[in-house]
Amino acid sequence: MKLSPIAKRPLLPTGLRLLNWSLGAWTALVFLFLYLPIAVLVFYSFNTSKLNVVWEGFTFKWYAALAENTPLLGALKNSLIIATIATILSVLIGTVGAWLLHRYRYRFARSIQTLVCIPMIMPEIVMGISLLILFTVSQLELGFTTVILAHVTFCFPFVLVAVQARLHGLDPALEEAALDLGATPLKAFLLVIMPCLLPAVISGGLMAFTLSLDEYIITVFTNGLESRTLPQEVFGLARKGLNPMLNALSAVFIVTTVAFVIFSEYLRRLAAR
Amino acid sequence: MARSPRPELTHPLASMPDTAPMIDIRNVTKRFGAFTAVADISLQIQTGEFLTLLGPSGCGKTTLLRMLSGFETPDVGSIHIAGEEVTHLAPYRRNVNQVFQSYALFPHMSVRDNIGFGLRMQKVSDVETRQRVAEVIDLVALGGFEDRMPHQLSGGQRQRVALARAIVPRPAVLLLDEPLSALDAKLRHQMQIELKRLQKRLAMTFVFVTHDQEEALTMSDRIAVFNKGRLEQFGTATEIYHQPRTAFVADFIGEANLLDAELLSRHGTTGLIRLDGGLEVRVPLSAWPLDEPRAILSVRPEKVCISAAPIEGAENSFEATITEEIFQGAIDRLKVRTEAGTVFTAVVANESAMMRPFHEGDRVWCGLHFDDLIVVRANATPAT
Repeated sequence: MKLSPIAKRPLLPTGLRLLNWSLGAWTALVFLFLYLPIAVLVFYSFNTSKLNVVWEGFTFKWYAALAENTPLLGALKNSLIIATIATILSVLIGTVGAWLLHRYRYRFARSIQTLVCIPMIMPEIVMGISLLILFTVSQLELGFTTVILAHVTFCFPFVLVAVQARLHGLDPALEEAALDLGATPLKAFLLVIMPCLLPAVISGGLMAFTLSLDEYIITVFTNGLESRTLPQEVFGLARKGLNPMLNALSAVFIVTTVAFVIFSEYLRRLAAR
Repeated sequence: MARSPRPELTHPLASMPDTAPMIDIRNVTKRFGAFTAVADISLQIQTGEFLTLLGPSGCGKTTLLRMLSGFETPDVGSIHIAGEEVTHLAPYRRNVNQVFQSYALFPHMSVRDNIGFGLRMQKVSDVETRQRVAEVIDLVALGGFEDRMPHQLSGGQRQRVALARAIVPRPAVLLLDEPLSALDAKLRHQMQIELKRLQKRLAMTFVFVTHDQEEALTMSDRIAVFNKGRLEQFGTATEIYHQPRTAFVADFIGEANLLDAELLSRHGTTGLIRLDGGLEVRVPLSAWPLDEPRAILSVRPEKVCISAAPIEGAENSFEATITEEIFQGAIDRLKVRTEAGTVFTAVVANESAMMRPFHEGDRVWCGLHFDDLIVVRANATPAT
């Protein structure tokens, strides 16, 4: 379904002033509920006091402390490595898988589809335990390899589903036109199909990256000591008591994520043109 | 010692006549599960011919076209294009190009890149590609649109890009799958003429698929009419229109009054037949199928002559009542009912203010000329 461009949509009927007003107020309240805690959190990251409740004065010292905290920086590096590799693998598996499922006929195609999607909804604790058992039985040492494998397991379906949705709307004659003009099946995929799928691949990949960066429970079960991730480190710190340094960390995270989303949206629009 | 030259009798081309067909379809059958899409079709298409595959949806015309482009392979039979067997050849190895019904323009490429795609796949040099793309852009009148993206073009312009993209590699055969069906009526008529002109200019073999009989009549050198996977008739537009071989062809191309007929008696070269409803008319016996007591009489509505007075010069003249009148601008469509109860559809021109128009309830005379009567077999065996 396609919504009409915002400028062409009608305004809400103007006769119902009270209703419009209360709807507007309600919307504002919902946004306040969502974003006020985040704003407060960022605000207190500049607080000189160690307590999150009293404002004493402005400082950057928590950010400086953040930059000097080696365990935290190491965990961040681990997280980025894991998320990047897991995303690349998920994008490869998800895109190719979606294409094959879309393009060819299989026996049990529906069952395969369902099985592929199950990791998306499976309780994380169950996945964590089952993967731990799997890795122990196959005598894999817990570390980067196992965490990345675990992350790919639940990340690639998101790419696959996004790409599949895009494929559904794609004219099947596009591939035929490429073949007809002399492109081999591989060239047709790379030169014609892939560019059409790019927006979906980007948004699926972004989803995978965010999920991997964010994952805690499955990571705890499948990770070794060497490759502790940022969520693990933060959780450890938080257990020792809240600290404005964590506020600063969150603020950095928020700014990075927003920049990331804006950039990928820009890429998506570029590809959609 | 000099050897005397020997004629190469074994050369495969030696036995081929000069008029070897561009496309030779031999006994091709294609099934999808239990459904037979194409049933034992044989068809020869000449070089430089504008050939139309015509029929209702599901008649097998598109499947046959897809076997020419290589997207489907026949279960039985063979296909030769330009003397080479291509029955199982992959689409990207065939010297044919297709214009798709949806145009299938690559959305992420400009007009120029869309058109040049085929040449890039053939590894034609950049200089030559640029030149040939520019030529074809000129040919289809798309100058100034080279850098537009497909979504910035109108339906008619997209159609031209699809056409240009398919002809620029200079294929032996251009396949067109209902390329005009998405255009509005006026543009469609204009494009029909342009396509025909382009085909003559390029002297390229065109195979055109459509369900629109008017489109087929306008453009084709020859028409192959399909029904339920079978070839009903293959001939020129005039042959198909004036001498339909089956009731299906008579009905599908143009309009026809199709009436069950029974031969009552023979008088020299004339036969007396009784039509569905009871009207008795005379037909030339030469048109009547041999040894058949029953057949179908087909009369085009415009060939039913309507007049206020008895009609002279027509072999059949009878009285009837107008039971329905539909105004359609340049013509009036009338339903007439004879005293015996036989009903005809007739079309009369709204000629001039001097002519008295016919109205519902009028008593009129109808005339049927021998030359306008077509008799087709009741249980027609399709032509091959």
